Amino acid sequence: MQAHHPCALTLGLGFRFWEAMSPEPKPQAPGQSVVEAAPITMGGMLLGLRKVSVLMPGIVVFAVAFGAAAAAKGMSLLETVLMSGLVYGGVSQLVAMELWRPEWTWGAIAGLAIVTATVNARMILQGAALQPWFAQYSKTLNAFHLFFYTDANWLIGTRYRAEGGRDLGVLVGAGLALWVVWVVATMLGYGLGALVTDPRRYGIDLVMPIFFAAMIVPLWRGRRGVVPWVVAGLVALVTAKLFDGYAFIIVGSLAGAITGAFRDDHP
Amino acid sequence: MTIPDPGTWGAMLAILAMALATYLCRISGVALMSIIPLTPHVRRGLAALPGSIVVATVLPLIERLGVAAGIALLVALLTMILRRSELLALLTGMAAISALRAFGF
Repeated sequence: MQAHHPCALTLGLGFRFWEAMSPEPKPQAPGQSVVEAAPITMGGMLLGLRKVSVLMPGIVVFAVAFGAAAAAKGMSLLETVLMSGLVYGGVSQLVAMELWRPEWTWGAIAGLAIVTATVNARMILQGAALQPWFAQYSKTLNAFHLFFYTDANWLIGTRYRAEGGRDLGVLVGAGLALWVVWVVATMLGYGLGALVTDPRRYGIDLVMPIFFAAMIVPLWRGRRGVVPWVVAGLVALVTAKLFDGYAFIIVGSLAGAITGAFRDDHP
Repeated sequence: MTIPDPGTWGAMLAILAMALATYLCRISGVALMSIIPLTPHVRRGLAALPGSIVVATVLPLIERLGVAAGIALLVALLTMILRRSELLALLTGMAAISALRAFGF
């Protein structure tokens, strides 16, 4: 895998952070092993790395496309790398390129922040969906690893949980590896620039949608679970027709969750 | 008193504002759920949430990206059902969309 080099770097980084975040297993009520209840291990991080490596080729091209777009917009390399490193949200970064300008007013900055929040609002629900898992870990650790929480992470974490996994290291390892690759590939794209003029032609815009669609298979729990999904899909379609932007994700998902919440009342 | 214009720091401040907005999205769902009690309703809602997010994300995207994208996603989905491999699903899906777009769809 060509992503080997940056990944090795990530692991060292992740391991040190992990040690800093939780210096030692916290003493808890006797008879309750904290390691078993809320594990975060090196092995888990390696597993996360393996799981995320499948997504790497797509992510690399996505990041290259963003780097190229940023260069074309006249952003400096530092600004471009900072955006990838600090925002770390591909779709919102590409949308920001549409709104990027040479001169900034406070109003324009606030507007960009609001657009970014709407594009990334799906993260609110993705975080909520995995919160029962995160609740077993300290606030500091959660505040740290959530910085690296993305669509890819959420997909990996959700699938891993569905298979009965409990090791948060999987999410941390995947998130850190992806972050390093994302930032490095952004620089690459900034340098290559003109080479990726039309990412659409290679289907780059479909990378995340494909992973999302593929997720349906491991999430499948028989026909009973489908009704909330259908509601989510229909509400999202209608919302997308009525409003520009990405509000459809959060509106549709909430509709599906609410349907699921009240469905089993009258069996 | 008026706040001075962002000036030369405008781009940096814009990036920081984006970063802050995104991080708040990342933590607020988790923070919110940690104060909402896990009643059976909430539990069932959470159980339905992942699939709902997936469907609500993908369906309108197909609508916006066009028929070719829809076909490519179907190809990927079929691959996933048959082989259970995300990598294969990605490869077949992207091959499908590249081919379809090359032929002008």
